[in-house]
Amino acid sequence: MIPGAFDYHRPSSVEEAVALMGQYGLEARILAGGQSLIPAMRYRLAQPAVLVDINKLPNLAYLSEENGMLRVGALVRDTDVEFHQDIQSRYHLIADVSQVVADPIVRYRGTVVGSLCHNDPSGDWAATAIAARAQMVIRGQGGERTEAIDDFIVDSFTTSIQEGEMAVEARFPVPNTRTSGAYEKIERKVGDYATAAAAVQLELAQDGTIKEIGIGVTAVALKALRVAEGEKLLRGQKPTRDLIRAAAEEAAKIADPNPDARGSKEYKKDMARVLVGRGLVKALGRLGVKI
Amino acid sequence: MQITLNINGQDKKMDVEPRTLLAHAIRDAGLTGTHIGCDSSSCGVCTVLLDGNIPVKSCTMFAVSAEGHPITTVEGLAGSNLHPIQQAFHDQHGLQCGYCTPGMMLSSVALLERNPNPSEDEIRFALSGNLCRCTGYQNIVKAVQQAAQAMNQPAGAAADD
Repeated sequence: MIPGAFDYHRPSSVEEAVALMGQYGLEARILAGGQSLIPAMRYRLAQPAVLVDINKLPNLAYLSEENGMLRVGALVRDTDVEFHQDIQSRYHLIADVSQVVADPIVRYRGTVVGSLCHNDPSGDWAATAIAARAQMVIRGQGGERTEAIDDFIVDSFTTSIQEGEMAVEARFPVPNTRTSGAYEKIERKVGDYATAAAAVQLELAQDGTIKEIGIGVTAVALKALRVAEGEKLLRGQKPTRDLIRAAAEEAAKIADPNPDARGSKEYKKDMARVLVGRGLVKALGRLGVKI
Repeated sequence: MQITLNINGQDKKMDVEPRTLLAHAIRDAGLTGTHIGCDSSSCGVCTVLLDGNIPVKSCTMFAVSAEGHPITTVEGLAGSNLHPIQQAFHDQHGLQCGYCTPGMMLSSVALLERNPNPSEDEIRFALSGNLCRCTGYQNIVKAVQQAAQAMNQPAGAAADD
């Protein structure tokens, strides 16, 4: 299948890319890894008139910690995260997800920021960013702004990026030694969209209570969701089996999945519950807490 | 538009549309060892190496984006002898119909470069983006193991037989 025709631009600076996005507005799309966009174009689900290929932009492949944040530049590939030993050992949630995004070959090309911008309702990074309380850095002609992930994710395939803007970075808070997380995903085969998936990250206080917690689910609604009521049940509490069960129930309550070949609505709702529960138990286990 | 792709060490000038997929550009250049299977980024038979060791699905990249990145296709693996991975697929019967084989071998080469001594689990994990509809995975895994062994031998070491 051949994509529709488009005009191709390969800017050499972010400023130039942003200017092109301003010039062509909604007709233009950014091409980073292209691992979602190009298939969508082949199926003619997306037919942008203009592609702005950012792969030659310098200095966007950085992956570094600064001021308590892991800064992930727009050209960081999924494999850059997957093969990064330090990130794999300290960022438990991100380590988990980096091994189950799409398939191993797609991860060589696909980017973290691109996945967040594509904002597929079944994407893995959006739920991860919700659980980790990530931020997005967005550049426009007027300058740069930073947005909390909850504000960035607007709707199915829709983010808060405006005409004439591009995302240049995702930021994940650096976890301390009392922080862990997990990503739990059900998929029919490697590379398929998730049937359902859950991301959790939590920080324990010295007294063993949960100081901070984030829970995100994906593939069970028109966008990745924060399980805020579940977070509320656990925050400030000592984790118990009953509390985890109750928090996981909250995921099923807000899940509103479409039935498809991967499962019925009831099944997917229940898997949201099961996966949040499993993720919480796994994250706590990684901190030496047995439930 | 006019582009130059470096494929298997040779510069090839070609006239492509921006929407021309890398897989089609490679095949139109006469290198039909790169297969097209699912056309949906799922099967991995179109896998080629960029910059020597980065496997990409050439059906999910535009040819224009590959400018400036040397490309290795299955035709570029052998020198005067078969590449160890080719020899191993031959020895271990790592193929039945052969359709997935170029992609399997190029993914395997990338794995072995990154991890010269992969476990069986690591091999299966690394190849999980390459589908074999003959389901010949047992011998594919054996082939990768043989190639790993061969590539880890010091250069010039004689083979057992």
